[in-house]
Amino acid sequence: MINDTGIVVAFWVLAVTTVGCALMVVAVRELIHAVLFLALSFVGVAGIYIVLSADFVAVVQVLIYAGAVAVLMTFAVMLTPAADRRNSETGFWLPAAVLAGLVLVVIVFVAYDTSWNLSGRAAFPATAASLGEAFLKPYVVPFEVASVLLMTAMVGAIVLTKEEEGDDA
Amino acid sequence: MNALLLTLITKHWYDIRDLSNLSAKIQQLIADAGGPHWLIYVVSGLLGAGGIVAFVGGVAIINIWVERRVVGRMQSRLGPNRAGPFGLLQPVADAIKLMQKEVLQPKTAYGLIFTVAPIMFTVPGIFLMAVLPWGRNMTLANLDVGVLFLLAASSLGALAVFLAGYSSNNKYSLFGSMRVIAMLVSYEIPIVLALLGVVLFAGTMNLGDIVLFQEKYRVLMVLLQPLPFLIYFIAISAELNRTPADIAEAESEIVGGFHTEYSGMKFGLFYAAELINAVVVSGIIATMFLGGWWAYKLDEIVPGWMIYIGKIYTVYFLFVWTRGTLPRFRIDQLLAFAWKWLTPMAIFNIVLVAAEVLVWDETGWSAGFMIPAFVVVNNVFAVATVFAFMRLLMPKFERFPTGLRYYSTIDVPSLPAATPADTARTGVQAV
Repeated sequence: MINDTGIVVAFWVLAVTTVGCALMVVAVRELIHAVLFLALSFVGVAGIYIVLSADFVAVVQVLIYAGAVAVLMTFAVMLTPAADRRNSETGFWLPAAVLAGLVLVVIVFVAYDTSWNLSGRAAFPATAASLGEAFLKPYVVPFEVASVLLMTAMVGAIVLTKEEEGDDA
Repeated sequence: MNALLLTLITKHWYDIRDLSNLSAKIQQLIADAGGPHWLIYVVSGLLGAGGIVAFVGGVAIINIWVERRVVGRMQSRLGPNRAGPFGLLQPVADAIKLMQKEVLQPKTAYGLIFTVAPIMFTVPGIFLMAVLPWGRNMTLANLDVGVLFLLAASSLGALAVFLAGYSSNNKYSLFGSMRVIAMLVSYEIPIVLALLGVVLFAGTMNLGDIVLFQEKYRVLMVLLQPLPFLIYFIAISAELNRTPADIAEAESEIVGGFHTEYSGMKFGLFYAAELINAVVVSGIIATMFLGGWWAYKLDEIVPGWMIYIGKIYTVYFLFVWTRGTLPRFRIDQLLAFAWKWLTPMAIFNIVLVAAEVLVWDETGWSAGFMIPAFVVVNNVFAVATVFAFMRLLMPKFERFPTGLRYYSTIDVPSLPAATPADTARTGVQAV
């Protein structure tokens, strides 16, 4: 089933798109173009989630990453001064490329060396319902802790950006 | 009568009440001719997509006329009436005008983003129509997470608005973008919470199953959930940048907002995309709140997709009605409305709906008793919530003047720079 023509074609198109866009993020000259290529790579990752039949995770990926994180990064790019808005070249690109290449070699070697066995578990009936049950039954404490963490971050952001109360009449 | 109706519901390929028969016939022809599996999949996808694109094209043409003529009549003026009988050829005139205009691009604008932004604004609106159910078997993509797909695609459109304003390298476009991105982000929360009420009741995020829920219990969701309908209508008209929330493109204020620098067909694409988005959102409201293609057994005689298109245009008329009547809000009024009014109301509604679903599941009483009870409770709750918020949050105002009023008795909140000499004035002021 995973070797059907359609799925293989879809996977290769999505993989080339994602990796290509990720490479373009570091290669383009304008910072705003880099942010857009990053948003496109997020959408590519969502496509790969769909190839793996994880529909809920894919849609949430688009909603959060391409819809909110990309907007946030566009904000950040917009608020920087215009002189710093270039994906500037430094002399460090050669050691960085060598390091990235080494990490890639290690990951590819491990991926080829692992024997990927099927887990023998039945297929998920529906990811949204399963995730909901998991969040509220076995993993309810991490779920609530994550919500408290998000609220703390929001309150912290508001406190940090609040102006000092002047003594007006 | 029942026997006659039974003979009317057929599975022939020429039965236009269910276009999936035609699609199934084509797929069967390909399978009989020995086509591979993926070809059948691709062909059925292309058929559905072709139908949707045809509808979108028709919508972009018809809605231009509707917006201008109907808004004109609502504002006691004629609207376009020169370009054909009743101005019906006005969209053709608009399209020809936009096509023959020169597409200017400022020299300092970011070229690629400037070109891509209108496309990025249009595409999410069109591929949102893939999850809308046009009939019992007529959904292009029957996703199990259809509602979440709607929200994800709307957030992509928000990014396009921001990029259009930013890439124009123009102060006024940037102001428009900044104003609109705060508004879009803050109105996404009431939208999510309002739809969450509907999803809690239906128990599924599949849009086709939501229509089937309304068919099974013979109730329109707008009766069961009036407050989410209201919240969703208001919040989504803010997301669409329609009046009364169109500060992004306020023609009288900031010259045009994020699409100031666009001319020719790029501007035409923004304009058409707004109309298409309005119709897509009307489709969402018609599916989730008004019953979609189901209409109390009428869908056995009239094709379901015709009923659906009728409902879409009813809701679209409501959008045009609010546009033609209401003045524009300020940005701080809009943001306060989203955070202080819509979000708390939606959260209270979620609490109530969750309690109701829990009561229904635990007691297991029959739906014939529970659904009318929920209708009554939810409507009373909606009216009570709106009045409570109005009483608590709105500033007091005087409706009818009751005679002369002394100036010194008027309660004016003092501005920070006010000196005592400014406010100490006596005299009689007729209000």
